[in-house]
Amino acid sequence: MSTLVECKNLTKKYGSRTAIDNIDLAIESGHIIGLLGPNGSGKTTLIKMMNGLLTPTSGSLYMKQNPIGPTSKKHISYLPDHTYLNMNQRVRDIVSYFADFYEDFEPKRAYDMLEKLSINPDDRLRTMSKGTKEKVQLILVMSRRADLYILDEPIAGVDPAARDFILNIILSNYDPEASILISTHLIADIENILDEVIFIQNGQIRLTASVDDIRGNQGKSVDTLFREVFRC
Amino acid sequence: MAWNLDSDRPIFLQIVERIQTDIVSGRYHAGDKLPSVRELAAEAAVNPNTMQKAFTELERMGLVYSKRTSGRFITEDSHMIEQLKTSLATEKIQEFIRLMQQLGFENEEILALMQQTMKGEKL
Repeated sequence: MSTLVECKNLTKKYGSRTAIDNIDLAIESGHIIGLLGPNGSGKTTLIKMMNGLLTPTSGSLYMKQNPIGPTSKKHISYLPDHTYLNMNQRVRDIVSYFADFYEDFEPKRAYDMLEKLSINPDDRLRTMSKGTKEKVQLILVMSRRADLYILDEPIAGVDPAARDFILNIILSNYDPEASILISTHLIADIENILDEVIFIQNGQIRLTASVDDIRGNQGKSVDTLFREVFRC
Repeated sequence: MAWNLDSDRPIFLQIVERIQTDIVSGRYHAGDKLPSVRELAAEAAVNPNTMQKAFTELERMGLVYSKRTSGRFITEDSHMIEQLKTSLATEKIQEFIRLMQQLGFENEEILALMQQTMKGEKL
């Protein structure tokens, strides 16, 4: 096991508003980690900094001992909360675009998964339902051989049956050497596939624990604990 | 289909219980090869690390053993499987008795009711 991401005194301010407040956090390899917090708690800000899309106001952030930059992007496969794909493109074209762009992208894995989910590679994105679009994007992200997968709200906005499919895509592509960081507030749906959780609130880390420790020590699910910790 | 797991108890414990049940019920036989961690994790829809933890626990109990290259197998010790069956049954019976006592039944009454029910008689 090695440390993939390390944050020290990491802070991000938008004007006078502090989105991430002086956090220390390490993400180790070989885990599926839930980044859990209410809306506006700083999940997406933290994720965007890890992907080099936002610059920290202060503090440090390293990926495999390198500062965030072109090298770190090679190691991180990122599913953003909003799509950036061209809706007029066919899936097949997007697959070859990804294959050009990322050297660790494996088109065969993408096509295998598309076939498994009966998605026609010749369809254009705009003709697909919201759930199918989300599946396609996740397939693209999971077809890379990255060290860290960062999935921002991968199951929001799809029905429960599609959620099971999406979790299955995540599990069946998970390489035990890699780590997956999943941000969500739909905890009950994904807590069985997590081994660790990070609770984030007002830009601060409230708790990091293993799912089985929470259940064993407190006799309650992560979902129940989350509702207690973040009770309004 | 994902396995039905309670949300308030450790997942690895529930997997251990499930595989124990599969062993004593004969779904797995003594000496059978278990599916890989990956396969079983995907079937159960749980994290492979959690499945690994459950396997480690089953190995520690002696119910499962691993061969370096060929995978994991159910113990060939049928005596141990019988013992497990008895101890799981004892747990269930104790649980049942506790529930019946909560309903206000004495042990003799429980026994009589059990016999009647098993014969299919109306109460």
